[in-house]
Amino acid sequence: MTRRPAGGATRWLVSLPPTLFLLAFFLAPALLMVLASFQHPGEFGGLAPWLIDGQFNLTLETYRFFFSDWIYAEVFLRSFLIASATTLLCLLLAYPLALTIARSSARQRDLLVLLVILPFASNFLIRIYAWIILLGPANLLYTPFAVIAGMVYVHLPFMILPLYTNLEKHDPALLEAAQDLGAGAWTRFWRVTFPLSLPGIWAGTALVFIPVLGMFAIPELLGGTGDILIGNLIKEQFLDNRDWPLGSTLSLLLTGAVLALAGLSLRAGRRRRREL
Amino acid sequence: MSILEIRNITRRFGDLRAVDDVSLSIEAGEFFTLLGPSGCGKTTLLRMIAGFDEPDAGELFLDGQPLAGIPPENRPVHTVFQSYALFPHMSVAQNIAFPLRMAGHDDGEIRRRLGEMLELVHLGDKARHFPHELSGGQKQRVALARGLINKPRLLLLDEPLGALDAKLREQMERELIVLQREVGITFVFVTHSQQEALALSHRIAVMNEGRVEQVDTPEQIYGYPQNRFVADFIGTINLLPVEVRGVAHGQLRLAASGLGEIIAPPAGGPTQPTTGQSGHFALRPEQVRLVGHAEVRDLHNHFNGTVRDYLYLGDVTVYKVALDNGVVIEALLANSTPGRAKFFEIGDPVGVGWRHDSGVFLHD
Repeated sequence: MTRRPAGGATRWLVSLPPTLFLLAFFLAPALLMVLASFQHPGEFGGLAPWLIDGQFNLTLETYRFFFSDWIYAEVFLRSFLIASATTLLCLLLAYPLALTIARSSARQRDLLVLLVILPFASNFLIRIYAWIILLGPANLLYTPFAVIAGMVYVHLPFMILPLYTNLEKHDPALLEAAQDLGAGAWTRFWRVTFPLSLPGIWAGTALVFIPVLGMFAIPELLGGTGDILIGNLIKEQFLDNRDWPLGSTLSLLLTGAVLALAGLSLRAGRRRRREL
Repeated sequence: MSILEIRNITRRFGDLRAVDDVSLSIEAGEFFTLLGPSGCGKTTLLRMIAGFDEPDAGELFLDGQPLAGIPPENRPVHTVFQSYALFPHMSVAQNIAFPLRMAGHDDGEIRRRLGEMLELVHLGDKARHFPHELSGGQKQRVALARGLINKPRLLLLDEPLGALDAKLREQMERELIVLQREVGITFVFVTHSQQEALALSHRIAVMNEGRVEQVDTPEQIYGYPQNRFVADFIGTINLLPVEVRGVAHGQLRLAASGLGEIIAPPAGGPTQPTTGQSGHFALRPEQVRLVGHAEVRDLHNHFNGTVRDYLYLGDVTVYKVALDNGVVIEALLANSTPGRAKFFEIGDPVGVGWRHDSGVFLHD
């Protein structure tokens, strides 16, 4: 019997459950959040109804509030700086490691990958508390350094794994060909290995940069009062200030900023390819 | 003077001697082929010439200069890899220009030579394409162009036609011959295909278990194999057990038990056989003539046989014929007459004959 690609009906049937799941638990809450950002806060937290006696009960107050105070822009900027620094440090630390793993023997490779994901076996908060014990005596606790160190520590595997997956697939014959045609070790890396690993770099960057932007636990535990990030701000609105509309607005603006960045880098990537 | 001198090269992997005391001398401008079954050491030898591997013993000289210790990137030797190894993130033009960039040529020079090379390999319209957009034959030509553009002293080719289908392979063989003649660069070609080796080479070194069995022109290798291995490996050959009866008038008289006397040409090698020596008489199927009515008496060597089997291949039919002494030989008949595809049926008695200057004696 020959194998045929799944027909239209089968394909739809198979993708129906995940589609329904995403519609119910991802798209619906996201739309609710858009609505929430225009609602008034409820008297005791939560939200005031958006429709009273057939009249819309909506406001632009939270957006006005955000753009009226410089402090929010500052938190956004600091968050993007911390996320960029974390991503860059992760990349610099992960690349040599991923390359070493990718070029080890098959048996060693499995062991090394296991070691990379081993920290996931213990609880995230416990690992951060361990950092408090480590940094405390060195007088580094509650500093931006502590925040970045914690961020890098937690997110490093998310940079190593996509990079390793990419580098492991490289055809060794390409490096031999480059060497045969006159390229030294440094040139071989920059002309062959690095450009071919760009998809891995982009995947790792997305997996580190975006979660770091929304992270609140690490700055809360390791950072000082001046190290507050967007994640903390959003968390505060929902849990402490009971201002759901502002929390929703901050969340939406963060999502918008990330999407805009992703779009820009995608366009830049396409242009680069065209120029090649 | 030879361009590449391979002197007593040995390479061991554990207990295995992948290359065992090989000496070869390759001439400038030559299309030289290393031919042998997989595991015979031909690729190991090629990698040592390229610089990816170093010999355990022996020396390599390129233009009289020892190659030992010079890394691949500094050897004026380029390789066309079996998998082509084109850089997937570079366009055809960037791939081909890569060696020129590495050598530090200026942009004007690179553009000029790139244009010439694209023309030479008929890829002018594909310069901006990427490797994944090319057919197998086009990839092959890019790999060749990339290997040739910086005018290496030697171009090494590691089974470059292996991935192509039969039709395309024949076309690429013709292109390779023309290309090598035009650029005048010495080619060292590695293959396990005797057909490729015979079609392409000026000289062939037949290798087996790390050693060189015979180095000669394609005609000599095919017509006068020096030993059983070469005879067996190149094409199909009939082997008749014989004993030397005498050497006279530039001819060998051989006794085939139960058959009679065979007249054979003298050996091509350095040592002539001596009377009483035992060995095999080797004869190509296309040198055998079959006739229905015992009309081969005009040939020196003529015997009787019975058709056992035949295989119709379109252009030719291969007959298996049992001689009177029980030895079965193959004979190749061209189907040149229209209409009639086969001349004999199974069980037909036939006359079997061949010229006195056909075949070769191989001593045991």
